[in-house]
This record gives sequence, structure tokens and C-alpha cells, in this order.
Amino acid sequence: MAIVFIPAQLQDLTDGLDQVELDASSLREVIARLEERFPGTKDRLCDDDELSPALQVSVNHVMTRRLRAEVGPDSEVHFLPSIGGG
Amino acid sequence: MTKKIHVSTTVNGEAVEFLCEARHSLLEVLRDELALTGCKEGCNNGNCGACTVMMNRLPVDSCCVLAVEAEGAEIETVEGVAAQGQLHTVQQCFLEGAALQCGICTPGFIITAKALLERNPNPSEQEIRFALAGNLCRCTGYDKIIRSVQAAAEIMKEAQS
Amino acid sequence: MSNVIVQPSSTNPKKYNVIGTRPVRHDGADKVTGKAIYAADFALPNMAHGAYIRSPHAHARILSIDTSEAEKMPGVLAVATSADLPDPWDKTEELGEGCINYAHLSGNVLARKKALYRGHAVAAVAATDIHIAQEAAKWIKVEYEVLPPVTWVLDAMKEDAPLLHENLITQTLGEKSTKPSNIGQHIHFEQGDVEQGFAEADIVIEREYRTETVHQGYIEPHASVALWNEDGRLKVWTATQGSFTVRQQLAELLKIPVSKITVVPCEIGGGFGGKIAVYEPPVAAVLSRKCGRPVKITMRRDEVFEGTGPTPGSFMRVKMGATKEGRLTAGKAWLAYDAGAFPGGVIGPGCMCVFSCYDIPNAMVDGYDVVLNKPKTQAYRAPGSTHVALATETIIDEIAGELGIDPIDLRLQNAAKEGTRRVDGPTYPRIGLVETLQAIKESEHWNSPLEGPNRGRGVACGFWFNAGLKSSAAANVNDDGTVTLVEGSPDIGGTRTSLAMQLAETLGIAAEDVNPQVVDTDSVGFTDVTGGSRVTFATGLAAHEAALDIRGQMIERVAEMWECKPEDIQVEGGVYRYDDHSLTFKELAVELSKTGEAIVGRAAVNPQGATNAFSANIVDVEVDTETGKVKILRFTIAQDAGKAIHPSYVEGQMQGGSVQGIGWALNEEYFYDDRGELKNASFLDYRMPTSYDLPMIETIIVEVPNPDHPFGVRGVGEVSIVPPPAAIANAIYRATGIRMRNLPISPPRLWKAIAERNGQ
Repeated sequence: MAIVFIPAQLQDLTDGLDQVELDASSLREVIARLEERFPGTKDRLCDDDELSPALQVSVNHVMTRRLRAEVGPDSEVHFLPSIGGG
Repeated sequence: MTKKIHVSTTVNGEAVEFLCEARHSLLEVLRDELALTGCKEGCNNGNCGACTVMMNRLPVDSCCVLAVEAEGAEIETVEGVAAQGQLHTVQQCFLEGAALQCGICTPGFIITAKALLERNPNPSEQEIRFALAGNLCRCTGYDKIIRSVQAAAEIMKEAQS
Repeated sequence: MSNVIVQPSSTNPKKYNVIGTRPVRHDGADKVTGKAIYAADFALPNMAHGAYIRSPHAHARILSIDTSEAEKMPGVLAVATSADLPDPWDKTEELGEGCINYAHLSGNVLARKKALYRGHAVAAVAATDIHIAQEAAKWIKVEYEVLPPVTWVLDAMKEDAPLLHENLITQTLGEKSTKPSNIGQHIHFEQGDVEQGFAEADIVIEREYRTETVHQGYIEPHASVALWNEDGRLKVWTATQGSFTVRQQLAELLKIPVSKITVVPCEIGGGFGGKIAVYEPPVAAVLSRKCGRPVKITMRRDEVFEGTGPTPGSFMRVKMGATKEGRLTAGKAWLAYDAGAFPGGVIGPGCMCVFSCYDIPNAMVDGYDVVLNKPKTQAYRAPGSTHVALATETIIDEIAGELGIDPIDLRLQNAAKEGTRRVDGPTYPRIGLVETLQAIKESEHWNSPLEGPNRGRGVACGFWFNAGLKSSAAANVNDDGTVTLVEGSPDIGGTRTSLAMQLAETLGIAAEDVNPQVVDTDSVGFTDVTGGSRVTFATGLAAHEAALDIRGQMIERVAEMWECKPEDIQVEGGVYRYDDHSLTFKELAVELSKTGEAIVGRAAVNPQGATNAFSANIVDVEVDTETGKVKILRFTIAQDAGKAIHPSYVEGQMQGGSVQGIGWALNEEYFYDDRGELKNASFLDYRMPTSYDLPMIETIIVEVPNPDHPFGVRGVGEVSIVPPPAAIANAIYRATGIRMRNLPISPPRLWKAIAERNGQ
């Protein structure tokens, strides 16, 4: 089971739940599972079929924007603002 | 089209002639006519020193000198600092002291530092900092530049003695 | 004391042959003799020159552009406006280092229906001579409908503020509004129960802060030469931190395939984040296409200030609570950063960095990305982090003062460590903050007295992410046993040498026997930008892996030569041995060059594990109470570098960023009048530090090796700019008793505060 941290701004959809355990093997599946349990999530996290450009995702400290990214059991998943350096 | 002015001058020890308009700066002519691109345009109004060259034995911001003023003058650019395939002590110390990061300000600093040490072979840290205050560097924070000038001063003093 | 390297005893430091030494940089002779070619130095035969026409108004509708008079002038070859750029897709793309929206980028490169800041490029003209181009530019007639401008972030957030974009809806993970505004994004983080946390605190301090727009201040203005050939191929020579990102941006803006574009990174005169998004390359490209000649555009200094990408001004309200024993219990931040004319500024990292140095169990952060009539902001060395560090680090200082706890000890007590969870969610891997704070606590500076009136000492620490991202490298073994390293990371600070050193260490050869070359987009595999403190880490890893590839090939070939199995070959210190055979790398390379194919190593990496960067400052100041001028007496920076490949260049990054932070703290700001016009677009009045303003910058490199890099490297390029304004503000407090909460703490402002405090 992956542990998905629900961003504070999404918690109106999850009734205040800030962490959720899910069975998923990819980031795409994480979002699909979230949408099943908490309808409206996918729309907030994605632009069409891609992650919203304002976001990146940390999967066990590995930063990614690919929905194909693998999510293993006990993975920690965080949705974060995307950042650039200088 | 304005008529160009003919200028005869000396650059890095060689007699040189060029044509320029009255409005051209020495910086433009050095870079665009004479292909001496070592001096750089950083601001074009005398505030950054990236264009520093020697003119009649004084360091000047060449962006603030009209090209026509070069008539009969002695100009030295960074291209003339190393002699006979050997880097000048100031240049060598800059390299060993890691006194450059992006290097854009370096030609200006080399000219100013060399001029300082020729005028004052034993400068204090504050004297070095004051002399170099007209050359801006955004990468290094100046620390290694100052230390490299101090190192060059030591070596040049030894060579004299 | 000047430069020191500290290896905490817990870290088991390794011994290296090349790494940790200080060879002269490979491009050094070129740079001290003026031979290095920067973009403005580059010329092609038959080249034309371009000049811009820019909006004099901070906010205006563009009603018409009449280029007919300009086009008639002798010597004028072509003009360009946004009509010459294809309609942009409203497409946002991940460019490795944050996202770029192409519609916004196109509108910034050449204004479409509106001029959104004074200096916004509206048109460009190419002519046979730069002076003719500049004259012709004055004959381009633009009709504007002037609109009211807004240049302060809180004003831009008001209900009745002039709206920059008709359809900008605030991006948020929460419920979206339907009403357009100037707020591009709202970010919200929560951890624990912040109200409960404040209730548990014995001391709660809440303060407000304001910072002004500052520019990266690189000495080299933007410059490019573009050649759009009749076969449809575009080649651009440019000053850039990332040639591949320029190629990508050109492809999207001009709607041509990347296969038709080559970008050549010239030597670059500073970037600091400001030379990643494109400005003049697509404009020069369009002019070149139109006139059939190569076109060079170099920006003037005032254009750099008005028309490129400074870092945001900001308003911040931060509240922190602690127990009387000094344990932080809660933190709350409300942050508004300007984004400039288009959304997509650096509020995200600001929100993530505000409490990032500390283990605070209860926290809440709200951040707003706000558009207004200033140039679109870009990254400036650890973008967004310096602002919030001003707030957090001065509040920590106040808490320390109130509780009677030493300011370094208070930080150590609450310092983030491996496993600490940040307010945005992830936990830290092995990091070096504690060791960095220990290093300043044990430093000679901290333990030496500071005496005299109007003098004070302040400390602060700061955080930045480091990037990994993609890098490629190839390495060719030459006939004489030297190795040419081919890589694509533009060299802003000596990185080609640190990469050569990593390859040399891996192969057991000397750094002088490696010839590193920074090449164009046709000559090396995809490489992300030079930025994000990533080159020594990621491109270094690529150099290391290319070296391993070479070593593997050498082992195969020498095994053939010595008629044994590859597993039988021993390699140590660059010497290849089997039985009684022994050859150095060089000797073997010379042998192998006589038979068989060339030996070419390759690597392409996209590493994780860049970890994070922390730095800490001690600064001693003396305040002239009659003028408000602050003199920096002594300045120390400690920073965790993991492992310093070339210590001089690590020190250089630490010193350079520190001095940029000093300038940000004491003098640098954009002055706007009430028409939204920038009044100080020159180095005279945009006052950056000179050598005469500063002491030596003392450095302490702390080496807590990064387990995810073969040599332990952590990126060092950015974080040094984060703590100085806070450290200086804390020092000024100790010197004068006055807390300055707005930047810059320039003489007029400090003088006024002193006069007010004295009842004048």
C-alpha cells in the first residue's frame, strides 16, 4: 500500500483526511484511486491527461512529473509545487 | 551617411589606423573595427569597468572615450598584457588564485590591477580595494581578486629586488 | 582566518588524488587574455544588427504599430513584431527546471495586445549597422492606450486593482474561482494543528516584512546571433545557462522542429537564473529569416534592467511560537510574491522554504503568486528562499533574545535533520544543517570578540533544494593518452574543470590530462540547464560514468592484448596490471591507439539524490548613525558541500552568493515612480557591491558527503544567497537596537529609523 499525503487544499474533498493508503503501482493509478474515493480530485491535480503544470510529485524522495512513474508498496507520495533553480 | 574620420593611434605597441564616425566610442571601435574583443560592454555609461583599457598610461572606461580621442594616443588592451607568449604575473596570479568565475569582468580587472601595481608596488588591502572599486564583479565577491592582486604584488616586488 | 574545510568526524572522509586539489582551470588562459568568445564577441560574415522598440508605458493597450517609416530608411533590412511569431499554443511545458507557459513566453518576447511593463519589447528592427537600427527604432510608431499601472504586490491583489490579464483565474488545488484577478496561484500547506501549537507556546512573535525587486546583475547583457538559413535550419549562438532549453523554447515559439535548430552556448558572463528563459533569440531568428542575413542582438544595460527577469518583490507576514525552553511549537506564514507581468513566479519554493531549516510540528503556509506591471520575474539563485529567510531568521533571532538563548544554540536545538518532515510534506534524507551550524559555532569568527560602539554581530541560516535532472557526456581517449570530455553544461563558474577532475579521478589520471569542452546541442546528448546547483553533481556523475565506460573498454582491450580474461585485470590508481604486466592509463592508451577501434566513453544520467543545501552566516557590522550607512566588518559563510571537488570554486560560489546577498540586504532595489516607470535602470543607481564595500568573505566548507554521489557531492551554487539579508538585519539590531524588516536596509531608510527612534 502506498501512503499518499493529501495536500491541505484537497482536504475539502476528502473530508479532512490528510493521509490515505492506496493500492497502486503508478502515479496514474494513485490519481485514479483518489478520484474513485474522492470525486473531483483528478480535476484538481491534472490538466487533461497530464499532471497540472504547477505541480511535481515526490515518490519516496524521487521527484517526478510522469504519471507513469512507479509507486511501490510503502511509497510516500507528496504533491508539491514545481520549482526551478537559478 | 556621415563622413568617417580617419584616426591614427598606437594599440598594444603597434601603429594602427581606423575609420570611425564622430559618435563611435573607443570601446566600439576596439571591438568592432579592430577585432579586439577582450574589452567588454557591460553598461556603456562608465559604471562597471568591463571596458577598461589603458590610454596614455591611465586606465579608462573606453565606453566613455570617443574613438576620435585615440588620435595620437597609446592604447593598451588586455590582448597586449601577455608578452611573447608568457602570461603577465597579474594574469598568472588570477588563474592560480581562482579570481574569475564567468570571466566577463576579468579583462577590465587585469588592466586596472596591472596599472595599480605599476603605480604602487606595495598597496595595502584597502588601497587595492579602492583602486578596483570601478570594476564590478558579480560572481566572485571580490575576495579572490584582491588576494590574487596581493599575490602578484609580492611576486613583482621579489622580481624587482 | 580565511578559507577552511571541515570534515566532521562522523563522516569518514575518503582520500583522493585529484578531487580536493586546485588545478588552474582549463579555460583560464583564454579568459585572462581576453580571447574567450562571449556572445557579443561573436560575429558572422554579412551580419546585421538588431535593436528593440520597447513600451515606455507600464500598462497600455497596443492599438497599432506602424513600421513603414522605419522600413524606408537606408540600411534597414527587416522589422519584427508579435505578428511575425506564430500564435502560441496555450501550452505549459516542463523544462526540467520548472514549467514555462509558451503563450506567456511569446507575449513576453514580443508584446501582443498589451504592453504589461515599461520596457516590454514591442517590435525590433534589423539594419546594416547598430546605430542605424537604433535610429530606425525611433521611427516605429506605436499607438498606445495608456492604462493605470500597479507595481506593489498588495495593491495588485485588491478587488479594484487594474487587471493585467482578462482571463487569469487563480490556479489552486482548492476550489477554483470563476472571477479573473491578478492572483496567478494560491498555495496552501498545513502540518499538525497550528492553533494548538501557538496555544502551547510561551512566546509568540508575529512580524511583517517587505522586499523590493532586485536583479541578478550579471555583468554581461543578453546577446545572441541568429542565422536562419534558406534550408530552414536555424543556428543560434547565445549567452545562455541552457542551450537545450533554448532550443526547446525556440522550437515552441517559432513552431519549427528541434531537429532544425542548433544552439551554441558561447562563454557566458553570469546568469544566476536570469539566462534561462529566452528574450532575444527568437526575435533575432525572425529578423534573420526576414532579411536573409545573420542578425546579432545585444541588449543595453537599461534593457537588461527593464526587459529581462528580476526576482520578485514581496510582502510577508510570519508568526512563530516557542516554549520558554526554546522548542519551536508552531509557524504560520502569509506570503505574497510578485510574478511580474505574467504568472508563474517563485512563490512555490518560497512556501516550501519558509520553515525548512527547522523541525516545527505545527505549521501553516499561504502563498500567492501575483501579477503586476513589472518585468516577468525569473529565478535568482535559490529563488524565493532569501525572502522568507529574512522573515524566519529574524524572528528566530527575536525569540532567542527574548528567551536569553544563544542564537546558534536555539537553531541547533530545532534544526532539521534526516527524517524531519517539512511543512510541504517530504522528509529530509541525510543533510548537513547541524554540522554547518556547529561549524559557525566553533569558528574563530564566532569566538572572537566584537567591540566598539554601533557594532553588532548577527547570524542566520538558509536552505535550498538542489536539482538532479538530465546530463549527458562523452569522453574520447586521445592517441597520447589524454582524454577529451565532451559535455553540454555552459560553464558559469569553473565547472568544466570540476567535471574534468571527476573524470580524472575515476580514471586515475591528472586533471591536466583531461580536455573538457562545452559543446552545442548537436554535439552532445540532452543536458538540462546550468542552474539549480546541479552541474558538479549531475554532469559530474555523467563524467564519472563516461570514465567508467572507458575503463571497462580499456580492461576488455588490454585483456585481449595480454591474452587473459577481463576479470583477471587489476586496476588501481590508473595502473592496469596482470601477472607481471603493468601499464599506466596513458601508456595503455598509446598502445591501444595503434590497434583496434577508438575508445569512446558515454553516459546519460538523470540522478535522484541531489539532496539539499544549507548555509549559515556570521556577520559583524558597524553602523554610521549619522548617515545610516552599514559597513560590513567581517563576514563568514559556512556551507555543506558534501565534497568540494575544486575547493577554490566552491569557495567562489559561497563568496559570490554571499556578496549578492549583501547587496540585496543593503542597497539593491528597483525604484518605481507612480507611473510604474523604473527610475534606476543603470549600475550607477542600481547599487551593487564594489570591492571597496566589502571585507574578505571567509568560508568554511563543511563536508558531509552525499551518499548518492560517487564522490559525495552536494550542489553548492545557490544557497549562499539565502541567509545574508537576515544575518545583516540581526547584526544591525545588535548594533542599534532597531529591527529593520524591509529590504534594502539602505542608508536613507536606516537613517530615518534611527532618527525616529531618537525622537527626531
